[in-house]
Amino acid sequence: MKLHEYQAKELVEKFAVPTVNGKTGFSITELEAIIRGFNQWPLVLKAQIHAGGRGKGGGIKIVQNFDDALDKARAMLGMTLITPQTGPEGRVVKRILVTPVADIIKEFYAGIVLDRERNQSVLMASTEGGMEIETVAQQTPEKIIREYIDNSLGLRDFQARRVAFALGFTGPVLRTAVKFFHCLYTAYIQNDCSLLEINPLVLTRSDELLALDVKMNIDDNALYRHPDIQKMRDTDEENPLEVEASKYNLNYIKLNGTVGCMVNGAGLAMATMDIIKYTGAEPANFLDVGGGASEETVENGLRIILADQNVKAVLINIFGGIVRCDRVARGVINAAQKIGVTVPVVVRLAGTNADIAAQLLENSGLNIISANDLADAARKVVDALNKTGRAA
Amino acid sequence: MSILVDKNTKIIVQGITGTEGAFHTEQMLNYGTGIVAGITPGKEGQLFLEKIPIYNTVSKAVQAHKVDTSVIFVPPAFAADAILEAADAGIKLIVCITEGIPVADMLKVYDYLQKKHCRLIGPNCPGIISPGKCKLGIMPAFIHKPGSIGVISRSGTLTYEAVHQLTENGLGQSTCIGIGGDPVIGTTFRDALELFATDEETEAVVMIGEIGGSAEERAAEFIKAKMQKPVVGFIAGQTAPPGRRMGHAGAIIAGGKGTAVEKIQALEQAGVTVCKSPAEIGVTVKRILQDKK
Repeated sequence: MKLHEYQAKELVEKFAVPTVNGKTGFSITELEAIIRGFNQWPLVLKAQIHAGGRGKGGGIKIVQNFDDALDKARAMLGMTLITPQTGPEGRVVKRILVTPVADIIKEFYAGIVLDRERNQSVLMASTEGGMEIETVAQQTPEKIIREYIDNSLGLRDFQARRVAFALGFTGPVLRTAVKFFHCLYTAYIQNDCSLLEINPLVLTRSDELLALDVKMNIDDNALYRHPDIQKMRDTDEENPLEVEASKYNLNYIKLNGTVGCMVNGAGLAMATMDIIKYTGAEPANFLDVGGGASEETVENGLRIILADQNVKAVLINIFGGIVRCDRVARGVINAAQKIGVTVPVVVRLAGTNADIAAQLLENSGLNIISANDLADAARKVVDALNKTGRAA
Repeated sequence: MSILVDKNTKIIVQGITGTEGAFHTEQMLNYGTGIVAGITPGKEGQLFLEKIPIYNTVSKAVQAHKVDTSVIFVPPAFAADAILEAADAGIKLIVCITEGIPVADMLKVYDYLQKKHCRLIGPNCPGIISPGKCKLGIMPAFIHKPGSIGVISRSGTLTYEAVHQLTENGLGQSTCIGIGGDPVIGTTFRDALELFATDEETEAVVMIGEIGGSAEERAAEFIKAKMQKPVVGFIAGQTAPPGRRMGHAGAIIAGGKGTAVEKIQALEQAGVTVCKSPAEIGVTVKRILQDKK
């Protein structure tokens, strides 16, 4: 799960990570009160969206006085912010964080992330603050300092010291930095982060180290033990169909093609998308309905797929396994009747009673085409798509 | 031969009385799998299906029966603890079916298992089957057939698809392992390939990877250096967008890394025949074995 900057700052502050934080407003009235409350200049207005590169798109503004602040807040709130990370459609700004300006001497990078190859977390730091770490890794890999953290021991003092020295800190700032990394690691562990990134980490004229921006992703599997973080989910940042699907515990990701697909199991769902493309069309979505594929999940899944206006044909691929295919077939037929499906639906069911299932589908009187195997299903759905394309 | 499990494997089921555990234990018993005991804390003294004794703890089951293998059907919040309990009691092969275990929990488990020298398969996997000998997990038995193809996969139903294609093409399997779709797993592609490389019965291996991480690249290094048997591969997620978790917690292209293109390239350079379409796995293996003869 992704969080907004201001939420991430709240969460790290609980573990004594010092940040440059302020207050977040959701409306102009709220923002006006927040700006008045600061009564100091300059201030920074920061658009809160789940994507980086905000500065480049006009999502971060320094303001010098009250009128300037209000003008810029009005322009920012409700704007569609396009950054290198949002894609061309951009994101609508619905929340703005107002913070004081830090007195910065130098910018750094610090982040903790899971290293999948080593099965441990790694603290990464760099003197190249403000740049994307992936870019630093590509262009000047020698500038990234890495400390691999033992899963049982946690981040040790010597490691935090090593990183602080490598960044060039000395004297009192060195001690501040060591403490900063310890607090950062505690915040990472205690919040079950999959990523915690401070970029930039700034050194101020008064020798403080502050998190100017915080990016935090939470391990979805661990959300059950963080009810406070669950409440921070901002569904405005997600695709509405994906939000709807999550209500039914369906795993749906919207894509840009025309063939809607419904599959049981994530790997087979990806493979089904792949074969649609391989056969000459584009998948409209990823949808994993899980192992069961009951009538209810099929119905909800179909409804969500068809709510996407781009969908011109549907491919349902269920590897029945232990589930009986004739039951799944009845579920598909009932769901299709209830919803009133108008586009062609190709159904491939494999497993127990697959032949009975195929008969049921063919005799349903609905626009359902039964397929024998994966390749046959892909061919039939692409054929059906081309036919509807010609008719339209 | 086969790898890791066969007719002589003696098994306990952790979480034997839960809905999933009970259903699949019955399926496994029907297959002839050597399940000798079950664990559900608080239910010691009861019998599962009037024949399998239930114990409160793994250590007690280990004392009463000669077991070396465990399969876990415990809910995600308690599954990490179940793995640790099995390892602590001296179990040498642990198969964890559970999906949704927090990564932080698995990291601690991973380190502990290294210390105990035991092997974990999964979590978030369908399990392992040596057809005709032992089914340890949730895979549908009837699609399998005894034979000489080894199968390794990060997925569940996509593995069934591949196995189904093999069987339809008259190719049986020595052992099929689902290694799991999570970022932190016990047995990797590389580990499983090493086992198949020295298994006399295994003639060729099918390896089904997906986007995310670099386990396929590490496998490619092993194949290039040591693997004498033909390997046929498929990588799922060629059309997946970056930055999105495709169902499996581990299936995500992060920071431009873990794409299907990179993995396919690494495997092809190692001499693996990579299928472009997931429908061609069975026929490709058949063709390669015919060419060899």
